[in-house]
Amino acid sequence: MTTTPLVEMRDISIAFGGIKAVDHVSLDLHAGEVVGLLGHNGAGKSTLIKILSGAYKKDSGTIRVDGKEVEIDSPRDARDLNIETIYQTLALADNLDAASNLFLGRELTNGLGFVDDAKQEAECRKVLARLNPNFKKFNVPVSALSGGQRQSVAIARAVYFNARILIMDEPTAALGVHETKMVADLIDELKAQGLGIFLISHDTREMMELCDRVSVMKNGKMVGTERVEDVTEDDILSMIILGKNPVREAA
Amino acid sequence: MTDQTSDALPAGAGGDPNAPRANPLSRFLTATEIDTRLLGMLAALAIIWIGFHVYGGLANGFAAFLTPRNLWNLSVQTSSVGIMACGMVAVIVTRNIDLSVGSMLGFIAIVMGVVQVNVLPGILGLGHPLIWILAIAVGIGLGALIGGFQGALIAYGQIPAFIVTLGGLLVWRGAAFLVARGETISPVDETFSILGGGPYGAIGSFWSWVVGLAICAAIVLLLVNGRRQRKAFGFPLRPIWAEGVLAAIGCGAVIGAVLLVNAYPWPRGIVRRYAADAGIEIPEGGLFISHGFAIPVLILAAVGIAMHVLMTRTRFGRYVYAIGGNPEAAELAGIDRKWMTIKIFALMGALTGLAAVVASARLGSATNNLGQLDELYVIAAAVIGGTSLAGGVGTIYGAILGALVMQSLQTGMVLIGFDAAVQQVVVGSVLVLAVFLDILYRRRSA
Repeated sequence: MTTTPLVEMRDISIAFGGIKAVDHVSLDLHAGEVVGLLGHNGAGKSTLIKILSGAYKKDSGTIRVDGKEVEIDSPRDARDLNIETIYQTLALADNLDAASNLFLGRELTNGLGFVDDAKQEAECRKVLARLNPNFKKFNVPVSALSGGQRQSVAIARAVYFNARILIMDEPTAALGVHETKMVADLIDELKAQGLGIFLISHDTREMMELCDRVSVMKNGKMVGTERVEDVTEDDILSMIILGKNPVREAA
Repeated sequence: MTDQTSDALPAGAGGDPNAPRANPLSRFLTATEIDTRLLGMLAALAIIWIGFHVYGGLANGFAAFLTPRNLWNLSVQTSSVGIMACGMVAVIVTRNIDLSVGSMLGFIAIVMGVVQVNVLPGILGLGHPLIWILAIAVGIGLGALIGGFQGALIAYGQIPAFIVTLGGLLVWRGAAFLVARGETISPVDETFSILGGGPYGAIGSFWSWVVGLAICAAIVLLLVNGRRQRKAFGFPLRPIWAEGVLAAIGCGAVIGAVLLVNAYPWPRGIVRRYAADAGIEIPEGGLFISHGFAIPVLILAAVGIAMHVLMTRTRFGRYVYAIGGNPEAAELAGIDRKWMTIKIFALMGALTGLAAVVASARLGSATNNLGQLDELYVIAAAVIGGTSLAGGVGTIYGAILGALVMQSLQTGMVLIGFDAAVQQVVVGSVLVLAVFLDILYRRRSA
């Protein structure tokens, strides 16, 4: 590809107490592209992605957004770069309602500086009407919601603020068949809008359907990144399990 | 055009399908959106008040509890703990605790005493009008500083709040002794002492009506404004009768309070002195001069309203609840948890400083054991008021009601002549029972 990538991560490393969770990993993402991250538990996928979302600070390496080098020291920095994240845990405050969670850290305020709850609820109703028309529980804490409804709130939070780079960590892990389909449709829609999406999942088949490219990590190292049409599901599985890239080794 | 009310919706307000049943009481509660926990606390308070009154009448032949005099005093005695309980809600909601407030209160009171008795008169002259203002500023500032320092140890030193403030409990009590080598410092500045209540520390009948009517107007205004806003966004509305009931209850309570505090006259001796000073002839049958609202009670009310607004309508408050509900999520949402912890403890400290003003002004002096055990009453007030030690849940009005419950128990037992040992047993048991009932309530409603 000749265009400047939306995100370029180069030689990213981070260690926790001597263990290299991410070891000189490079990865890029273009606009309108879905890149899948695969690997065992503890392979470093979530850690790598948390560096991009500002939850962790990298030890070394560089991150470029639109070709410009950036420093992401906090979740706020990531948000300022239009990087939004849907965490596996959803990262919702259970005691707050949907609108308060949607706007957490970015509250809408009125002229006097007070949180404008009515406006927030109205906006929240708008965005959720699009994502999940069955969503009705706006005035209860999100702890009272089902798994799918909670997921809707977490997704709404990511898409509401005009994300350009979206990180989805196991977005369908807690969902039923119908809701999984809804998330897949949403990914296609967002991709068509020109967002770049990092997707983390354990489901190889799902990844083959949703992604343009897949990257496989093992023990903190990048095994390889391939276009989905160039590899079979078995190739990917052997990358995950053996940590070797059959496509490149055959060549 | 008619308003769309939740009467018109098949499943009741808020779209919650299993909320309303045929039971008229629960329908009433759903429509008015009154917190059932609040109702339970008011019921408990009513039982305590009536119980002490009736018991006093039967056992001692003197029913003294439900008298204007006792209730007025009760309101004054609740102020200091109530002010601190408002801050403790924010502390406990964020899953922390502050055990040092009682000792801090003693230390700050002593420092304020030294400032207004030993330091400032030497610089400004005795009775200078700036003395009380500067003393208060020193008290609140010192409280914020100490609180912020303890908050910094908790946030950046990562020492558990329990340990930091347990240390504070010992340190500040000892420091209070060291400042004045255990001496009692008195008398405090005359204007300063007004802040503690007493006949001259109350605003009288006329101004009580002014305050009361202003609050009534504010209640109506808030209801009207809230309704207009919900209508503008097309949200479900309360039925109009429910709005009326809420306005009537709110204004009724305020006017009742005004009537109560105005029904308590100045003691005869004070009236005589006042009349002599002002050159008024005391008519036959005495002169009836109402106390009106005591100034510490007005301070508590102002703190309560300000803290309620802070906790429910500002970003700060939203972050307090978010941190309590899910600390990791709050951080991932870009909330600076450490800085918030410092701010919350500084706020707690500033309110403790204000409580020290009220407590030492009421006493007319500063002693180094002022506020002893207050930390426990403050925590108990917050917890009885529905603040969860697990974090994320708690209200300001609940904590103030909790403080009132605690103080009612103590005052009531003094009135009917229980000795201190029995009082401790009862207060301790009530705390445990209240929390147990709260847990049962939550389990049922969850």
